[in-house]
Amino acid sequence: MHTKTIVELYKGLKNKDFSCVELTKHYLSRINQSRLNAFITITDELALIQAQVADDKIALGNASILTGIPYAHKDIFCTKGVKTSAGSKMLDTFIAPYDATVSQKLNQVNLVMLGKTNMDEFAMGSSNENSFYNAVKNPWNYSKIPGGSSGGSAASVAGGLSCFATGTDTGGSIRQPASLCGITGLKPTYGRISRYGIIAYASSFDQAGVMTKTSQDAAIVLNVMAGFDEKDSTSAEQKVPDYTTNLNISLQGLTIGLPKEFFLSDLDNKVANNIMFAIKEFESMGATVREVSLPNSVYAIPTYYIIASCECSSNLSRLDGVRYGYRSKESKNLEDLYLNSRSEGFGEEVKRRIMIGTYALSTGYYDAYYLKAQKVRHLISNDFKKVFEKVDVIMGPVSPTTAFDLGSVKDPVSMYLADIYTLSVNLAGLPGMSIPVGFVQDLPVGLQLIGNYWSESKLLNIAHQFQLQTDWHLRVPEEC
Amino acid sequence: MEWETVIGLEIHVQLNTKSKIFSSALTKYGKKPNSQACAVDLGLPGVLPVLNIEAVNKAIRFGVSINAHINKCNIFDRKNYFYPDLPKGYQISQMDWPIVGKGKIEIILGNQTKVIGITRAHLEEDAGKSIHDMFDDNTAIDLNRAGIPLLEIVSEPDISSAKEAVAYTKKVHTLVQYIDICDGNMQEGSFRFDVNISIRPKGQKELGIRTELKNINSFKFLERAINFEVKRQKDVLEDSEKVVQETRLYDSVKNETRSMRLKEETNDYRYFPDPDLLPVEISNELLEKVKQTLPELPDQKKIRFVTELGLSEYDADVLISQKSLADYFEVMLENNIVNAKLCANWVMGELSAALNKYQINIQNSPITAQSLSLLISRISDDTISVKTAKDVFKYMWDSKNSADEIIRVKGLKQMTNMVEIEVIIEQVIANSTLQVSQFKLGNNKILGFFIGKIMKLTSGKVNPKQVNKLLRKKLL
Repeated sequence: MHTKTIVELYKGLKNKDFSCVELTKHYLSRINQSRLNAFITITDELALIQAQVADDKIALGNASILTGIPYAHKDIFCTKGVKTSAGSKMLDTFIAPYDATVSQKLNQVNLVMLGKTNMDEFAMGSSNENSFYNAVKNPWNYSKIPGGSSGGSAASVAGGLSCFATGTDTGGSIRQPASLCGITGLKPTYGRISRYGIIAYASSFDQAGVMTKTSQDAAIVLNVMAGFDEKDSTSAEQKVPDYTTNLNISLQGLTIGLPKEFFLSDLDNKVANNIMFAIKEFESMGATVREVSLPNSVYAIPTYYIIASCECSSNLSRLDGVRYGYRSKESKNLEDLYLNSRSEGFGEEVKRRIMIGTYALSTGYYDAYYLKAQKVRHLISNDFKKVFEKVDVIMGPVSPTTAFDLGSVKDPVSMYLADIYTLSVNLAGLPGMSIPVGFVQDLPVGLQLIGNYWSESKLLNIAHQFQLQTDWHLRVPEEC
Repeated sequence: MEWETVIGLEIHVQLNTKSKIFSSALTKYGKKPNSQACAVDLGLPGVLPVLNIEAVNKAIRFGVSINAHINKCNIFDRKNYFYPDLPKGYQISQMDWPIVGKGKIEIILGNQTKVIGITRAHLEEDAGKSIHDMFDDNTAIDLNRAGIPLLEIVSEPDISSAKEAVAYTKKVHTLVQYIDICDGNMQEGSFRFDVNISIRPKGQKELGIRTELKNINSFKFLERAINFEVKRQKDVLEDSEKVVQETRLYDSVKNETRSMRLKEETNDYRYFPDPDLLPVEISNELLEKVKQTLPELPDQKKIRFVTELGLSEYDADVLISQKSLADYFEVMLENNIVNAKLCANWVMGELSAALNKYQINIQNSPITAQSLSLLISRISDDTISVKTAKDVFKYMWDSKNSADEIIRVKGLKQMTNMVEIEVIIEQVIANSTLQVSQFKLGNNKILGFFIGKIMKLTSGKVNPKQVNKLLRKKLL
């Protein structure tokens, strides 16, 4: 049951091959036996109640395709009455008193939430090692990282602990773990999904998305999550199409751009081979390929880390130990309370980014860092704009390597390189996807698809067509 | 040495929107602590601000009413600092792109006018309140005020005395109530000031070192605080010492200013554009729409009162100084028998005195504008004398009955039958031979004696002018 897609589970539930309660119990028992550490909170009681509600709906014939599908929710989405920690000691005791818009939308279609998934603290990290709740393991190899920050979500889907999962992607946090765990991950255009109730890391980048087994499943879930929200001024008043409608359009005549900057020496040769093999597959399906250039994307890492750190330094100010969350017990006065609560409550990487951001926004440095970075951000967006005049989709690697060993990357700057191909997409606010296209030494390789603004339909179509021709996405780790 | 005072003012105007500037929580004053603070105001993880366009409209109203430049592109910035009553750890404000740009306000002092430049006015959210005297060892935080929209009006350093500062702030206070963007309630903190003060030797170009007085919420304290601070700075400089640039607190009980300086005073607010809010474009259409809904402004009203109603400048100034007073006066004029000057006298005289005595707002006056106007029309049509009218006014104040009702029940209507009046006058003359002879000897003052007698006999129900005329005729 746990290797089935949404579409398959829907059929099974509808045909009464199994009940939603049975299905949910099956997943819950797998989660309880799992050593992946993919979950921070398992909401078993709630899940079984939701499963019963779903079964009742199915019995009455009122079920939609998502009714009763068990999923895992990244612990960055506020869930009313359920602990929402964002992977931080700071929010270890925080029970959200309200639902994020995404949580609300997922509840409305009677999905079954199995639990809240592990993640890098406040979504800051590329390996899931920055979690207060310890690292998540890669289901393909327990000594490897699953990627981050949505590592728990990716491991949960790849390891058969949930049918799909939610994620957020600020600099690659959906695509990179999807790539390293061999699943399908979609980060939509900035503004496609409401940010209301998502604990903010870097507001001008944060974007929720989906992590699924197939592109078709991603389209189904995106249908529910997408849309304007009056509670989020940065969500777009853009019509939401039915993302499943265009899945079957032929790729004949599709123009693919390969940015030469994505195939330089940083890229592992074997990963590159897999990527090129997938590109050939697209060519055989009628697509043409041309080389393109994103000259400013080489500045993506510093640009991203300045702007994102600036935003996070301000976004995390509310975590001050005064109203909720962690409060240090050893405080004699107000300044102590702030200092100790924040020093003890935040992890190393979070503190590092708060420091970088605070520094970059300070008087005398603002123009040289924040303002300059914003200008480069603009140039990076323009690069994409030019390329999309010539091509339908940009393809390349998601990550320069496959999953690396847990604990092997200690230097933060080396860790930042893991996002070298994903960051520019967030800087421009474009939609991006990762789909499995092969293995290097039994570890999955993901192909990145980057589309123009609001072209999620097109990306899902391209990915779906590829998945009709290949079976990489059907491979499961031994344990499954 | 002769010194010159240089003052710049920041006025914090709480805008009277129904809901807060970035959340849907209500803005009523005096509610149970934290009962008007929603998830957004509490700064919970994950919440986002959504701009209340009403606050923008009100800010535009102010800008348009002082003919200021309105910035088409509005950006909201985050002002970052830690304080327990600032839930997000930053205040959403406007740094480089304030909604209102340069403008000016004219003030009158005696018979001189002076123009005070407005540097800018920007939108921001108010912080919560820290309450230090509720619990022994803890500070209580009330976030009902957090997120109430503020318009911060910043003046040029064009003000050179406490008197000017008061005239300027009063003028703005009147204006914001006219254009209905603020309730003007100073006790509730709806209108408060920060004052920047420096002094320099007269004639010197460059400015002296300034101090800032924060959170003053009355005109009286403003005047006293400035006077105290100017004197203090003079004393410091005349002792050849230096004024320290600092924030000082005005203590209204001791009537003094005190240094508020903490050890790490200089805050770097790390302003940057709030990524949660999109820039707000102000279209020409919106600007036009706001212009068209602007009411008659105090200055325009004053001109009309003087030129069309024939009031004196002084009377016009008093009447327009409070919108509610002007409104009351204008409702009185809807009764077209009454004379504007007479109405003005009554509003500024009897009515204001009574309101003052009983500490009642004119909006809650027991005598409505319509009924006062009716009373005055009874003077105009000679039903009662002014003196009787003053008595009727008192009855009206206490009983809330109409003037006509009181005149009827108490029988206060003036005698209009000339024959009857003449009979009474003749009777008085006949009984006062001594006084008649005195009058004939040229003692005009003795007329008062006759009138007093006549008034007594008629219970004051005669028109004194008429009596005077008749009496002189009879006595000659």
